[in-house]
Amino acid sequence: MVEQVSVFLENKPGHLAQMARTLADADINMRALMVADTQDFGVARVICDRPRAAKAHLEGEGFGVSITSVVAVEMPDRPGGLADVLETLGAQGVNVEYAYAFVEPGAEAAVDIFKVDDDRAAAVLEAAGLRVYVPEDLYELDSPV
Amino acid sequence: MFQPEYEAMSRDDLASLQLERLRDVLRRVYDNVPLYRKKFDDAGVSPDVTSLEDFASFPFTVKDDMRSAYPYGMFAAPLRDIVRVHSSSGTTGQITVVGYTQVDIDNWADLMARTIACAGGTPDDVVQVTYGYGLFTGGLGVHYGSERLGAITIPISGGNTKRQVQVMKDFGTTILACTPSYALLIAETAQDMGMDVRDLPLKAGIFGAEPWSDNMRRQIEELMGLTAIDIYGLSEVLGPGVASECLEQNGLHVNEDHFLIEIIDPETLQPVPDGEPGEVVFTTLTKQGIPVIRYRTRDVSRIIPGVCPCGRTFRKMERVTGRTDDMLIIRGVNVFPSQIEQVLAGVTGVAPHYQVVLSKRGSMDHVEVHVEVAPDTDFDEVRELETLRRRVGAEIASALAVNIDVKLVEPKSIARSEGKAKRVIDLRDEQGGV
Repeated sequence: MVEQVSVFLENKPGHLAQMARTLADADINMRALMVADTQDFGVARVICDRPRAAKAHLEGEGFGVSITSVVAVEMPDRPGGLADVLETLGAQGVNVEYAYAFVEPGAEAAVDIFKVDDDRAAAVLEAAGLRVYVPEDLYELDSPV
Repeated sequence: MFQPEYEAMSRDDLASLQLERLRDVLRRVYDNVPLYRKKFDDAGVSPDVTSLEDFASFPFTVKDDMRSAYPYGMFAAPLRDIVRVHSSSGTTGQITVVGYTQVDIDNWADLMARTIACAGGTPDDVVQVTYGYGLFTGGLGVHYGSERLGAITIPISGGNTKRQVQVMKDFGTTILACTPSYALLIAETAQDMGMDVRDLPLKAGIFGAEPWSDNMRRQIEELMGLTAIDIYGLSEVLGPGVASECLEQNGLHVNEDHFLIEIIDPETLQPVPDGEPGEVVFTTLTKQGIPVIRYRTRDVSRIIPGVCPCGRTFRKMERVTGRTDDMLIIRGVNVFPSQIEQVLAGVTGVAPHYQVVLSKRGSMDHVEVHVEVAPDTDFDEVRELETLRRRVGAEIASALAVNIDVKLVEPKSIARSEGKAKRVIDLRDEQGGV
């Protein structure tokens, strides 16, 4: 499991930009961003190089922030890559709440992020021969400042 | 209980006593105060009421009546019988003067002795009176009550916080009487002096004279290691001693043998059913110096229905949380911002901080309540946040009988301040006519 930063965003102009600027000012590099929104608010999900520091800086600026455990899996960059992974999870009854992916520059595989409500997810994927990332693969293990 | 013969009397006996005393006070003001004589005559009502129900047609008294009668125009007793005057602070206009006969002072001492006993006080206690002594009713009001109870009374008055702490420690204060915000300052000052107030023999605080919240109560109780009791009064009616909480800490017993309480709708001026919020109206039943008849306090409260386990039969009013000046009328329904705060206090996942934003959508008033999400929320759970938003909306709708849109806002994003927080933002004029 790896750490994702989840940020509550009130529905007001410039708020996402303010979040991004806060991270930039703290010299934090975002690897992936996914925004879920409703009519009234949004939640930004961020994979970055220093999640604990990101949480501390964002909270310092008044944002509501949670650290969420998600599964990060290496996904072959070819047609059917995602379908294989999802079928593997589905066959074991692991429910996926949401998913998104990003590609590292120069890499041959994409990184897939899954939010699951099931402790077995990582083991299921590893048993199917997939590479499940540990935190050190994606970001520094930082302290919260 | 200091006077169980009154405080625990049967409701029937109380009603008889109230009617007898009401007839007496109406007669006294009609005979001695030109303003009341004129008001009663204009309204076509006779001071010789035969039931408490008759009284509902009597005219109200407002602060302006007292201002225009400044200084002695509303006294019902001859000035030679007046032995003391107090005065309101005058923060909202010209000051007003209230006068007390010796009988008033004696009754007041009894009522304040009840108040201190209500907080668990006995003749064995040491009461530190940190309310200001002077024209303000707080200091002398508590002072006489504490002496009447037989407690050791420390007339230290307000100010010089380090000395307050020193005296509290050296004299073994068990009951502290001051404003809630000053109690916090005392606790913090003691910390700065390297002292933990919780190690002292303090057992209760009787706090009043300013609005405070349950959060503040918990904070004071935690910091000081005492039971924080809310007391209520206003100089136009008496001063402290009109109503006070018992150790149940769930509403303030109104001293109904001396004061008739009514809760009215401030728009229609009609009484509201028990349990519904509205403006508090008092009639003094025994006051001689300056009785008031149906005095509109502008304070918002409600009667808490039910029997109190403490044994007192006097009805309880809820802690005053707002002023009628703050009342909103939303699609024809009276809404007091304090009601919203109460709803939020009962919903987990949100902080009790909110703002009401009024705007125009077309020609319709649009009302939105901004509510802070609690800081320890799991912000990744979009669905749970949506559910929370809908739940807050439903709770407000059921408590206030009006549908209001709820917007969740970030933790700690709404300005904090005790008492006079800006709870209502009205954008309707800025938007102009649409």
